[in-house]
Amino acid sequence: MQRYAVEALARTMATLTSKMPSSGPSLLAVVNRLLKRPIQSLQEYSYLVGDTFVKVCSPPLYFRDILEQMDVIGVGSLPIILLTGFFIGGVMVQNTAAQFQRFGSASLTGEVVALALVRELGPVIASLLITGRNGSGIASELGSMVVTEQVDAMRALGTDPVRKLVVPRVLATVIVLPLLTGVADLVGLIGASIVSYFQLAIGPVEFWNESMQSLAVGDIVQGLVKPLVFAIIISTIGCFYGLRTRGGTQGVGRATTSAVVAGSISIIVADFFIGKLLLYYLVS
Amino acid sequence: MPVPVTNEVVPGEPLIRFENVSIGFDDVDVLRDISFEVGAGETTTILGESGSGKTVLLKLAAGLLRPNSGRVVIMGHDLVDMKEVELLDFRRRIGFVFQEGALFDSLSVADNVSFRLHEESVNADEVETRVRQSLRFVEMEHAYDKFPAELSGGMRRRVSIARALIDQPPIVYYDSPTAGLDPVTSQTIITLILRLRDLNGVTSLLATHRLQDAFGLANFVFEPGINRVVPIWEDADGKHFAPTKVLVIRDATIYFQGQTTDLLKSEDPYLRQFLA
Ligand SMILES: Nc1ncnc2c1ncn2[C@@H]1O[C@H](COP(=O)(O)OP(=O)(O)OP(=O)(O)O)[C@@H](O)[C@H]1O
Ligand SMILES: [Mg+2]
Repeated sequence: MQRYAVEALARTMATLTSKMPSSGPSLLAVVNRLLKRPIQSLQEYSYLVGDTFVKVCSPPLYFRDILEQMDVIGVGSLPIILLTGFFIGGVMVQNTAAQFQRFGSASLTGEVVALALVRELGPVIASLLITGRNGSGIASELGSMVVTEQVDAMRALGTDPVRKLVVPRVLATVIVLPLLTGVADLVGLIGASIVSYFQLAIGPVEFWNESMQSLAVGDIVQGLVKPLVFAIIISTIGCFYGLRTRGGTQGVGRATTSAVVAGSISIIVADFFIGKLLLYYLVS
Repeated sequence: MPVPVTNEVVPGEPLIRFENVSIGFDDVDVLRDISFEVGAGETTTILGESGSGKTVLLKLAAGLLRPNSGRVVIMGHDLVDMKEVELLDFRRRIGFVFQEGALFDSLSVADNVSFRLHEESVNADEVETRVRQSLRFVEMEHAYDKFPAELSGGMRRRVSIARALIDQPPIVYYDSPTAGLDPVTSQTIITLILRLRDLNGVTSLLATHRLQDAFGLANFVFEPGINRVVPIWEDADGKHFAPTKVLVIRDATIYFQGQTTDLLKSEDPYLRQFLA
């Protein structure tokens, strides 16, 4: 779908520019040249995503590689997720405590922190951390495999690199990221409850009651759908930049940087739209 | 569904045929209008400077790259018409030894060599036997459990040859197998290639920038009886030629094509540079 839209856009651009009088570089020609690369990249990216989806749904699947990647991405990222989640929860209480006390409604802390964590901060922070750690890791690993001809060697040995390299990384990220997000949410709340106890004298039981009651089904759904979508974004972008690496070790560095930048931006943008979309559907 | 790959060789039909093949990247021609043939059991040495397109030519011959125009016909199959799925299957008939070995860093030597067998779900015992056999052929059995990072350049090249040979393909491509190696190790590698050609009748393309490699292949044969490489003797009938040709690439086209002896006799200033 997306691919056809992109192609149609490219075609329209091409016909538009071809109809222009050819006296000097017209504005449209310049725009066309400027847009050609990004549109081509977007098209190639959509193609990779589509191809990956088809190959996720058809055998052979390399289970060992999926497990290996789950270990690298999931277990490997657990420490930073625990640490970051805990302190984010604590910091939120610290910053909001003064305001709540001013209005004499310190008991609302649990509710606010739980909502913000589950809906927004948990998914986004876990995903950004995984982009930095694993989006870059995927891009640099695949990138160095490309420049050392290991990907070509794989194809020469009759193995499809999308099945062997891309599918396991995408599946592993999709399975692991929602779990990591759940962990981040949980330790975030633990951090928040500890800080609330010491700063606002809210007992843990009261805090947990407050926060659990505030969470509606919609919030939980949002908190789970987001990391699912983000996981697809992180892993496919990492694979995309890795597989199109050109130009030796320098190219690997460029691919890694691009994967992290593109991944982080896409997550923030997607977060906005998913939030809007889900809010619309769940409220109405 | 992948097309069934036939191993049959049509008599008189070359195993490898390039017809007016051209390829370029970003509007720069790398190869222009390349045509040549390689018959069954022959070895063709592709000689050219760095950046002349030797690697590109081999990748075209394995369907790893697609030409902008022309036909690449391997064992009667036109690779240009084949889909990637079909090509993946077809490449099992072709062994490819990459320039720097291209061993998988994350896998042990044994897993590298057996990579293709795992794809074919061969049982574990047979895998081990065949891996050891393949490694023994390149005299690298002692490295069975090692990782590529622990090997020297020459050893990596040999393991890469073992990996390419595991399924005993009728066609093997060697991409600069002696580049960056000392003369002794280079000789070991060339001897391996000779053994494959003369013992197993493997058809091959060998890219190199060293003329010595071309001469080694043209002037020596492996004698199975005495298990040694011996020089080709002069024969009045001219019958005892090693089945070897040379192809020189320059400026994206074929500059010279023929026997090494013709290359030696050539008065052409560019070719003489290679002889120097
Ligand atoms: N994927 C690619 N994209 C763009 N240009 C490429 C690509 N592959 C090869 N080239 C270009 O094609 C030309 C030939 O490259 P190739 O690797 O075939 O040279 P070579 O003869 O193998 O050289 P060497 O002996 O150094 O290995 C080079 O100019 C290279 O920049
Ligand atoms: Mg090369």
